[in-house]
Amino acid sequence: MVDTVIEKRYEVTDRPLDAARLAASVATAACGAVTTFVGLVRDHNAGRRVLWLEYEAYAPLARATFERIGAEAEAYWPSVRLAIHHRTGTLKIGEASVVIAAASPHRADAFCACRYAIERVKQIAPVWKHEHFEGGDVWIEGATANPDDEPARQLAFERACS
Amino acid sequence: MLVTVRLFARLRELAGASELTCELPDGAVARTAWESIVRGCPALGEYEPAISCAVNEEYARFTTPLKNGDEVAFLPPVSGG
Repeated sequence: MVDTVIEKRYEVTDRPLDAARLAASVATAACGAVTTFVGLVRDHNAGRRVLWLEYEAYAPLARATFERIGAEAEAYWPSVRLAIHHRTGTLKIGEASVVIAAASPHRADAFCACRYAIERVKQIAPVWKHEHFEGGDVWIEGATANPDDEPARQLAFERACS
Repeated sequence: MLVTVRLFARLRELAGASELTCELPDGAVARTAWESIVRGCPALGEYEPAISCAVNEEYARFTTPLKNGDEVAFLPPVSGG
């Protein structure tokens, strides 16, 4: 049977992520490169032994934010096609929490756009991790999300190209 | 007007609810909704300098006007990835 499911480029899901499939979904015949970033659940953080993470998202705003990040990246690197999938729910050590794929005719743009996208996800995506560690649990709180914060966007761009 | 307030992560835990209904006066803005829920749950107040807000699933400002039936979300600092 032909698989007729069209992969959504920007998605929040409680199902396991598939980096190879996401990469294939953005690559076209004109692409000489596809880069992927896979964020994994790590077994330690800030000196704590992490047992598992729970991810929570404001899903509709997260999808819209991923689309916005894609549009920003495609404005900097017009040849790039980007996809971002983020997982929610309970994730074990070693599981993928986020997968980003960037396809382009040439590798430089694909690498830059992929790095840019993960930096922006960390700045503005409405997603939260609740860390369960040996001896307790804590909500991790990073950046105050503000998509219009121009210096933050510039910082993401500089990191992407460093 | 009646608006739905959505809370996430630590804010949700502090308030003990992911969704609240608030009755607000005409002319209310997002900040009016925030002040209303902080009155009901003062522990949320310490988050004020760090939160973001969204109205009807789009990022918004605290000065964004509200209308009857709107959904306002308050977001603690994010930690995706």
